[in-house]
Amino acid sequence: MTHAKRAADFLRNESRANWHDESLWHVRSKRDTIIAGIPEWEALRQLGSDIKDNVLSNLDTYLEAFERQATANGVTVHWAADAAEHNRIVHGILERHAVDRIVKSKSMLTEECHLNTYLEEQGIEVVDTDLGERIIQLRKEPPSHIVMPAIHLKKEEIGQLFHEQLGTDAGASDPQYLTEAARQHLREKFLAAKAAITGVNFAIAETGGIVVCTNEGNADMGVHLAPVQIHCMGIEKVIPLAEHLGVFTRLLGRSATGQPITIYTSHHHRPKPGGEMHVVIVDNGRTKQLGREDFRNSLKCIRCGACMNTCPIYRRSGGHSYDHTIPGPIGSILSPGIDLKKHGDLAFASTLCGSCSDVCPVKIDIHDQLYKWRQIVSEEGHLENGKRLPLLGAGAVLSRDGAYNFMGKAARVALKLAPRALVYNRFNPWGETRELPEVPGESFKEWYANQRKDHEQ
Amino acid sequence: MSSKATILAGIRAAKPGPRPLPTLPPDPPPAPEEWEEAFRTVLAASKTTFVEAGELAAYVAATGAETVVSTLPGLEGNLDVTAIDDPLQLAGVDLAILPARIGVAENGALWVSEAECVHRVLPFITQHLILVLDRELLVGTMHQAYRRVQIDATGFGVWIAGPSKTADIEQSLVIGAHGARSLVVCLR
Repeated sequence: MTHAKRAADFLRNESRANWHDESLWHVRSKRDTIIAGIPEWEALRQLGSDIKDNVLSNLDTYLEAFERQATANGVTVHWAADAAEHNRIVHGILERHAVDRIVKSKSMLTEECHLNTYLEEQGIEVVDTDLGERIIQLRKEPPSHIVMPAIHLKKEEIGQLFHEQLGTDAGASDPQYLTEAARQHLREKFLAAKAAITGVNFAIAETGGIVVCTNEGNADMGVHLAPVQIHCMGIEKVIPLAEHLGVFTRLLGRSATGQPITIYTSHHHRPKPGGEMHVVIVDNGRTKQLGREDFRNSLKCIRCGACMNTCPIYRRSGGHSYDHTIPGPIGSILSPGIDLKKHGDLAFASTLCGSCSDVCPVKIDIHDQLYKWRQIVSEEGHLENGKRLPLLGAGAVLSRDGAYNFMGKAARVALKLAPRALVYNRFNPWGETRELPEVPGESFKEWYANQRKDHEQ
Repeated sequence: MSSKATILAGIRAAKPGPRPLPTLPPDPPPAPEEWEEAFRTVLAASKTTFVEAGELAAYVAATGAETVVSTLPGLEGNLDVTAIDDPLQLAGVDLAILPARIGVAENGALWVSEAECVHRVLPFITQHLILVLDRELLVGTMHQAYRRVQIDATGFGVWIAGPSKTADIEQSLVIGAHGARSLVVCLR
């Protein structure tokens, strides 16, 4: 099934689609308001982008420096070439400590590796502790947004879910009440967990530490109570110096949710007394992406989600329509590199308006990359016939002056005379949800020629 | 080949040519009054309240908190956090009062390290949190802040910029997700 088909399903419920659109736009607006308070915002984005460019060109040495420093700090560093190895490493750590229940804070990497499913198959209870993540975990759904995983759900649906699973009052849907219920439910889990897993926002080569950002405090509740802490990071998360955190902490919260900074920005450098700290560094296709000159910039992403909040397609199709761990514009340039056949259609889930590139805090050229992926999808022969054949025809017509003039005239006549059923039918998917504009009497070319004639006279 | 060697070899084969590191912005000129005003405004926006230094002891007494931990010299709690081995024993803490090392005007963040909280979980597991900051420790920007704080001086350190919050249910702001339900800041 394609993104377009799933988006069409999403749009069937018009009021809900509008509500989703407005919720996301609200977050985008909050971002705009807060960056207005930072006059040097554009220079800050450039700094973020420049630092990340430097990271990509020194990724090997920074990772080695990080490992050296972290090891000196008493941290155990692991390397995983792919998702399967990552999952085996994490399970190995848990097995050594005979851990059968863990708490986990948000980590798109572990989503990408399907760690939860893997651990559950090994008999380990995994509890996601970010409220949004817990909600979708209880619903057995993937996240629909990387920062707001349950943004697609209404409070009544969450109320019903909590009623069924956590025993809250039937019909209760007040967010304050539901959050309190989750707080109580998850406190028990925090107190009982023997290991905690988090993602990593930034890893610092200079100091060998990692930074985790949350608003809820769930990552810290897990990590500081459990004897074993495990932090999973993609290779691209490393930054050179501690002072670079000044740039990224200024960019991240503002871009993500319009906050000046996340409530908690936690710096972990050494295991707690008597505890163990592990960092798992994961490749899983990232070095391949690094080698693609046109697409390597996608690895600069700091996972703020701003490109989703602004995207007219994401807002009106929902995160699940992308069928990939990371949805939205950034997901659409990351996923074709992982599986072109499966995710190639995501390159077309865009109007190429460029808003994603404009809001990106590290200036990734997202819409240019979407355009480039389209070329590759086409060259590799993954374009569906519904797109391929009309494009072939259009290419033939647009490249020949005479054919273009003739087809324009023919279309103007035909569209006037043709019965509706001949124009709007299953061979015209474009027309399923759109109306053609009124057919003009003459082409622009003809109009222009007439104007000149009038002018000369 | 180990996965580490494979990954590093893959990076070396794929990475782009050298790109220089940019120069970071300098410290802003000192503006203590403006900084304090900005600090208060941004923290108030994240639902943080303030108490004056002279009223701190009375404020703590008036909360009626049963289990109070303080690492602030001169203000006694009734649970000695240094005498506790297992952080789980802090599950019943109602109020924690901790000194903060540095405060940032642009975003209201306060630095608390393991040295101040003793058990890392304390500022999160406590129901309510009071952070006390000397005015002279205010800085303007995060760039300045990271130049002042040595992030690896202790095993753990955190910027705290408000009470724990979430907006995961329909974007409705709820204070008190998993960490402290309130944050009170005392500038002295």
